[in-house]
Amino acid sequence: MSRALAAPFAASADANPVHAIVDFLYKTYVIAEFEIRKLKHDPTELLTRAVQPALWLLIFGEVFTRLRAIPTGGVPYLDFMAPGILAQSVLFVAIFYGIAVIWERDLGTLHKLLVSPTPRGALVLGKAVSAGVRSLSQVAIVYTLAVLLGVHMNWSVMALAGVAVAVLVGAGCFATLSLIIAALVKTRERFMGIGQVLTMPLFFASNAIYPLAIMPPWLHAIARVNPLSYEVDALRALMIVGGSSGFGLPMDFAVLVGTTALLVLVASRVYPRVVT
Amino acid sequence: MSEIILETHGLTRRFGDLVAVDAVSLEVEAGQIFGLLGSNGAGKTTLIKMLTTLLPPSAGTATVAGFDIRRQPAQVRRAIGYVPQMLSADGNLTGYENLLIFAKLYDVPRRDRGSRIGDALALMGLEDAGGRLVREYSGGMIRRLEIAQSMLHRPRVLFLDEPTVGLDPIARNSVWDRLGQLGAEFETTVFLTTHVMEEADELCQQIAILHRGAVAITGSPAALKASLGQEGATLDDVFVRYAGTLKESGGSYRDVSRTRSTVRRVG
Repeated sequence: MSRALAAPFAASADANPVHAIVDFLYKTYVIAEFEIRKLKHDPTELLTRAVQPALWLLIFGEVFTRLRAIPTGGVPYLDFMAPGILAQSVLFVAIFYGIAVIWERDLGTLHKLLVSPTPRGALVLGKAVSAGVRSLSQVAIVYTLAVLLGVHMNWSVMALAGVAVAVLVGAGCFATLSLIIAALVKTRERFMGIGQVLTMPLFFASNAIYPLAIMPPWLHAIARVNPLSYEVDALRALMIVGGSSGFGLPMDFAVLVGTTALLVLVASRVYPRVVT
Repeated sequence: MSEIILETHGLTRRFGDLVAVDAVSLEVEAGQIFGLLGSNGAGKTTLIKMLTTLLPPSAGTATVAGFDIRRQPAQVRRAIGYVPQMLSADGNLTGYENLLIFAKLYDVPRRDRGSRIGDALALMGLEDAGGRLVREYSGGMIRRLEIAQSMLHRPRVLFLDEPTVGLDPIARNSVWDRLGQLGAEFETTVFLTTHVMEEADELCQQIAILHRGAVAITGSPAALKASLGQEGATLDDVFVRYAGTLKESGGSYRDVSRTRSTVRRVG
């Protein structure tokens, strides 16, 4: 890695790359640790997050199951859409992370973090990791709802571990995107506007609630470059009995990890701009 | 004359056509409490943001604790502490956790963490409050906790942006007392901004008055008062003389709204 590229990840001009990497990972852990402690002090948010997936599965899912209009590759429609709804609730948790950062800026917390010798990349990745951990609660919520509605879940340990990883990386990906937007727009009002404009297209231009195969070509092209499609694809292969991946799991995870890495790199460059 | 720990040469920051900080040259001696005075919008916060590496300067240079703010920002960050104008302690964490996160981020060795945090709580009179969530603290307690946070790594220079804005007189005195101790106890140089003349008079050995981004005058409070040549002159008189008027405030909507929201949170 070139020096310029490494700058956001190293705290000082430490010549030893091993020290720099250990420091980076440790600081990422510290940032995530305190985000999770905050959640422990006030977990009510996690419960209110259960409402939206419940509405989608109960109302949208139940109605469309009766319609039998959507080709799902042999699984019941509710089974088909459950992974899509999990991906959606993870997206909603993650995409509003930028609001929290603007809030921290208004409080001055962010100024103090940026004045500390913490690598900028660790500030960003720490947030991404905490978004992932927060999103794991959505896994519990959606699994509970799905079981109650009679969705045939895949309970193998490998599959569950795969779901957890897909959710962690997916949340980190969109949380980082959200941080970049926050750093560029800087105010809560503008962020709310953009957040709304972004989430719905990300959701509808994906394979979350209908397969890519029935999309018109232009939408299909958008869905193919939408990271959410790859998250849904992985979840669909792992979560439900009889689910299969359209892109292949290695492709899904490669796209998610690669996109996240790229976004973290960009975010750690633009992050300090939030306070200027 | 003792060591110069902070100096700026022609430090300038422009935002479009607006010159927020205009060719500021300052020297601060080690161990002093230095006060930067000015009305709202005079450029105090912008200057502090440049010195703490949050904002790159448009022109000029500055060194803090011997490090160049442009070329050695990482070293500057290790050498300084910062208490922003807003109340920045995290309300959803306890006082202890607020200290622990910064002890970890500043690489305070694990074996020293417990004692440093305990000492910091004791020094700021918060021994009994460490386990409580910060959102239950009073404004004065939050400010003292923030000073404790910023001192954990024993910085050589501590920056405070309007440290007592919105505090009641008792809380304000408690903050002043603690700030006065830092120099004696840790040889920390304190660089603070204020528009409270009483604060500058009480605390600072040296002050600089900033007016429309430029330094109008520097000196000790006593020397500045004497320079007016009138019997019983106060710092208010000095300020009016060098910064135009006390009443006129050039602060933008955003400045004022931020100050008010800080006041609201403190009160």
